[in-house]
Amino acid sequence: MVTNVFAKIFGSSPVRPLQLHMAKVTACVSELEAYFNAVIAGDWKEAKAIYKSISKLEREADKLKKQLRLNLPKGMMLPVSRRDLLEVLTMQDNVANQAKDVSGLILGRKMIFPEILADHIKEFVARCIDTCNQAEITVNELDELVETGFKGSEIQIVESMIRKLDKIESETDKIQISIRSKLYKLEKELPPIDVMFMYKVIEAIGEVADISQRVGSRLQLMLAR
Amino acid sequence: MEFADVFITLAIIFGLFMAWGIGANDVANAMATSVGSKALTLKQAIIIAAIFEFAGAYLAGGEVTKTIRKGILDNKILAGDPELVVYGMLAALLAAGIWLLIASKKGWPVSTTHSIVGAIVGFAAVGIGIEAVMWAKVGSIVASWVVSPVLSGLIAFLLFMSVQKLILLTPDPLKNAKRYVPVYMFLVGFIVTLVTLFKGLKHIGLHTTTFQNYSLAAGFGFLTMLFGYYAISKIKIDPKADKDFHYTNVEKIFGILMMVTACAMAFAHGSNDVANAVGPMAAVVSISESGELTQKAILPAWILAIGGVGIIAGLVMYGRRVIATVGKGITDLTPSRGFAATLAAATTVVVASGTGLPISTTHTLVGAVLGVGIARGIGAVNMRVVRSIFMSWIVTLPAGAFLAIIIFFILKGIFSS
Repeated sequence: MVTNVFAKIFGSSPVRPLQLHMAKVTACVSELEAYFNAVIAGDWKEAKAIYKSISKLEREADKLKKQLRLNLPKGMMLPVSRRDLLEVLTMQDNVANQAKDVSGLILGRKMIFPEILADHIKEFVARCIDTCNQAEITVNELDELVETGFKGSEIQIVESMIRKLDKIESETDKIQISIRSKLYKLEKELPPIDVMFMYKVIEAIGEVADISQRVGSRLQLMLAR
Repeated sequence: MEFADVFITLAIIFGLFMAWGIGANDVANAMATSVGSKALTLKQAIIIAAIFEFAGAYLAGGEVTKTIRKGILDNKILAGDPELVVYGMLAALLAAGIWLLIASKKGWPVSTTHSIVGAIVGFAAVGIGIEAVMWAKVGSIVASWVVSPVLSGLIAFLLFMSVQKLILLTPDPLKNAKRYVPVYMFLVGFIVTLVTLFKGLKHIGLHTTTFQNYSLAAGFGFLTMLFGYYAISKIKIDPKADKDFHYTNVEKIFGILMMVTACAMAFAHGSNDVANAVGPMAAVVSISESGELTQKAILPAWILAIGGVGIIAGLVMYGRRVIATVGKGITDLTPSRGFAATLAAATTVVVASGTGLPISTTHTLVGAVLGVGIARGIGAVNMRVVRSIFMSWIVTLPAGAFLAIIIFFILKGIFSS
């Protein structure tokens, strides 16, 4: 029997698990591209298969989230505040949840989008995925931040990454507005309930980018200590 | 003295047992940061520990040994009953040994130093009389237990800040690592040599002046630095390795520094902790041989050597397993932090050894780790465990004392009837 108390004072750093969680979230969100291609093509079999993969990835992210939380008991001295860290984690997890909700909603109603909107929606989804990717790039810089002790030029690098994240997100906002105005012109010709849900789905896709951006702003709060 | 041979044999057996225990358990803590940060492989760590623990014990272990052996007890009061000191010192060794065995089986964080000091003070105060203890000296020892972790924490904090300023936060950390890491190595060699020389190496027949001390220390510093330049030039810099984590190559250079710092740490540990085994042993041997308590009795070098051998035996037989576990337990410590923490602790311990203060290497290291943690340098430090380590000495002192008192009266009953 060998026990050593000295080794126990080193907890495992939460940075790597946080990055692994974000990687899982990004993998989950990235599935949306293929998913929307299938939906717009009307291939519901394929869409269902992708939906399954999305919810599988979301569950895996959930598991990682719970593991990280358990490894972060109170009384750990961390280079960042524990609360900020847990909030970043929750935000990351919400991005995956949102991706799952959107795809679930579309699949449940077998929604068909007007053909005029098809390309526009694909572009919108792609840009929202970009936001999530950018959030991942930012989170991946955390180990460098720990190495430098949250000081120096590394801070500027991360801040410029966060600025880029904000920029991509505001682009998705603009795309969202233009899709909505297109839909507004069409809405009288479409079944009202379907239209209501289309607005809802468009907003929900935008939320993916929105929450991804919030991952960035939580990170910024983390740096500001 | 009657039973002199019995006492000497017992003292050597108990002393070896204690030294074995130190080698089996404590050395692992001293090597933990190096193995954990993967600057050393298990095999390298064992070899370094064996060489430098012995060197530290033999070359620089005398001063703390003197404190343990005759600094805590008041020889004037005990002059009439030298055999009481023999029983007491044997009891202290056995008590501390047993207590450490129990504690390490249970996985409690106890310190060898605290156990032995508690045991000696315990048997003297209860078995002989309150006045038999040099309370002023005990007071300064206890004060050093508070000061040493704080001091090493402060040094670690400043060292880490200097690493940030000189290397990590610069636009070209790799270039600056190559430039400044050898300077840190000079510092390691210089400090360890200087403190060792100042405290004196008369027991191996080396007499030096102050000027010689400084020149020799600088010489050793330069040697260490040269080794550093050589080792760094051997490192293969792989730009691709920096793609995922930009500091991979910088940390490789710190790995070399960590290797040198690990030697210093093993040396420091040997110089301070060997006294816990050897101090009481030396007291028993000199009293048994001369039949009297004399303040002048000098420490035979072979006794320090026995302590060194005991530590190595414990290390090789059992300690390697502990070191392996420790290495697996510490996964997220990088060499740049491991270096700051270890050098701070090694410096503090070496200085304490030079002053003759028995301090806990583990506490000093924990203080250093906290220092780096406060500088936002470490991924996660479990403060609950830190607290339990610092609190444990409050239990260790009375436990060591209690056991020592019981064994003291048993020995007295056996031998003085």
